[in-house]
Amino acid sequence: MNKKIVRYYEKGIKYVLALTAGTSILILFLIFFFLFREGAGVFAHVNILDFVFGKDWSPVSEPPVFGALPLIAGSMVVTFGAGMIAIPTGIGIAVFLAEMAPHSVREIAKAIIELLAGVPSVVYGFIGLTILAPLIKDIFNLPSALSAFTASVVLAVMALPTVVSISEDALNAVPQDFREASLALGATKWETTLRVVLPSARSGLIAASMLGLGRAIGETMAVLMVAGNATLIPHSIFDPVRTITADIAAEMGETVQGGLHYQALFGLGMVLFVITFFINLITDLVFAKTSSIKRGASL
Amino acid sequence: MAKKLSRIGMALLAVLLVAGLVIGCGGNAATEGEEQNQQGGSEELSGMLQVNGSTTVAPVGQAWAEKFNEKHPNVDVVVSGTGSGDGIAALINGTTDIAMASRKMKDKERDRIDGTPKEIVVGRDGLAVVVHPDNPVDSLSMAEIKDIFTGQITNWQEVGGEDAEIIVYTRDTSSGTYGFFKEFVLDDQDYLKSGRATASNAAIANSVAGEETAIGYCGLAFLDDKIKGISVSKDGGEPVEPTLEKAKAGEYPIVRDLNMYTIGEPEGLAKEFLDYGFSSEGQAIIEAVGYLPVK
Repeated sequence: MNKKIVRYYEKGIKYVLALTAGTSILILFLIFFFLFREGAGVFAHVNILDFVFGKDWSPVSEPPVFGALPLIAGSMVVTFGAGMIAIPTGIGIAVFLAEMAPHSVREIAKAIIELLAGVPSVVYGFIGLTILAPLIKDIFNLPSALSAFTASVVLAVMALPTVVSISEDALNAVPQDFREASLALGATKWETTLRVVLPSARSGLIAASMLGLGRAIGETMAVLMVAGNATLIPHSIFDPVRTITADIAAEMGETVQGGLHYQALFGLGMVLFVITFFINLITDLVFAKTSSIKRGASL
Repeated sequence: MAKKLSRIGMALLAVLLVAGLVIGCGGNAATEGEEQNQQGGSEELSGMLQVNGSTTVAPVGQAWAEKFNEKHPNVDVVVSGTGSGDGIAALINGTTDIAMASRKMKDKERDRIDGTPKEIVVGRDGLAVVVHPDNPVDSLSMAEIKDIFTGQITNWQEVGGEDAEIIVYTRDTSSGTYGFFKEFVLDDQDYLKSGRATASNAAIANSVAGEETAIGYCGLAFLDDKIKGISVSKDGGEPVEPTLEKAKAGEYPIVRDLNMYTIGEPEGLAKEFLDYGFSSEGQAIIEAVGYLPVK
């Protein structure tokens, strides 16, 4: 009798856990489904190529024109800029923490950097707008500081905790034997780090970079506040840009449910979805590939 | 011990939940009762009124709501400044009772409303074209303003200023100020592509205050000593400085209606609220906020 209860109990737990796992997948598919259902209508009015490669985004003109290229370019430039700053800095910090810093420093520094991840994005935007933007304006002697560059700097700070903590984990996962063998062969500490540790942790470092980029491309509020929001294909990093996320946030409120503009914004959501999907796919492929190499290396 | 504590906690939680339920139901019953009273002409009002829309009109709605609430403490007037387009969309989607708009409702929006929208002009507002105080340009003609905002004029030199590129600030497409300016000043032509969109009057004022070569537009109520309002001339006339007095006298050319919309004639709380707005006290508030009263 008692055994039976235990068995049901076990089964019950199994089903509850399966249900929660299934729910998260279901939610993802529902998001996917509604995104495409709401957005597909725009492609009945605008050719999909014109939508993605059109250079004019004028949703409230008569007739409205939906060409998302300035927004896609805006997202790309800002994300790329953030990556250029956050990835080298983040990996540099991770190398310091994992390879050089004494234990006490490492623990404190890690805690502080992870705290950065907990600051709400609107606070970053606010600091970017009121403190960073005037500073950048003065340093580079620009007429206006609200630009792709300012947005990149703010996003880089926001992506930094992701890059640092995952890179640091990857560096720590490199077996101590590798370092000891390298040092025993007469390599200096720097040579060991550069030639042995970093290449061994490559997959983790790439994953860290990709997740950092993913964090940057999806960010909305901070970018909306500091990027300048001109629907223009930028020619320089100091031009104002509008990102896909910022455009959706700024225009969604005024659209009427089911209207063309509404559908176009969902179309933008689809574009963003595809971009982040590919970023994640690349990360996964890199992970899968190198984990098999690692298995081979350890044999 | 811990078990005992958690049991006490659960009991407390249960009591709270039940209490919440009872209070919640009681509240509803009271609301229904009051609504009946209202129709019966009693002076004691209660319930909730949603007012949503233009960031330009929102300070008026907010000030009315505060005073209205003092008179009728059981009424919750919720005012949100989101943008004219947002407010009208909320009216169409049925999530607000009154929409505030600093532009006229478009035909396309009228078609989507289930019923006939009622337009109520609650006040009027002058729109100032603003630049940095250090900018030597003091006045512009309507045609010059149009050329700057459509991208025909790109350098301050062309309008008597220094040799510097003009940085144009506009508003989000959901803004009524954006819509009015486009229709009234730009003759419905499109804004230049490099115009930087900002979310509010205050954001434009803030940006222009920090950038020597910037130009933007905002309500007269947002003018302060950190930004300079440009004098505007129309049809070759004398330039008129953007002040409340000149706007009231009908001399300053860029003036628009501030509207509130309801579906059908306003009823119940919405009617009481708007009646208060048109009382001498309500209209005095409009003036205090920095707009022109209509009565």
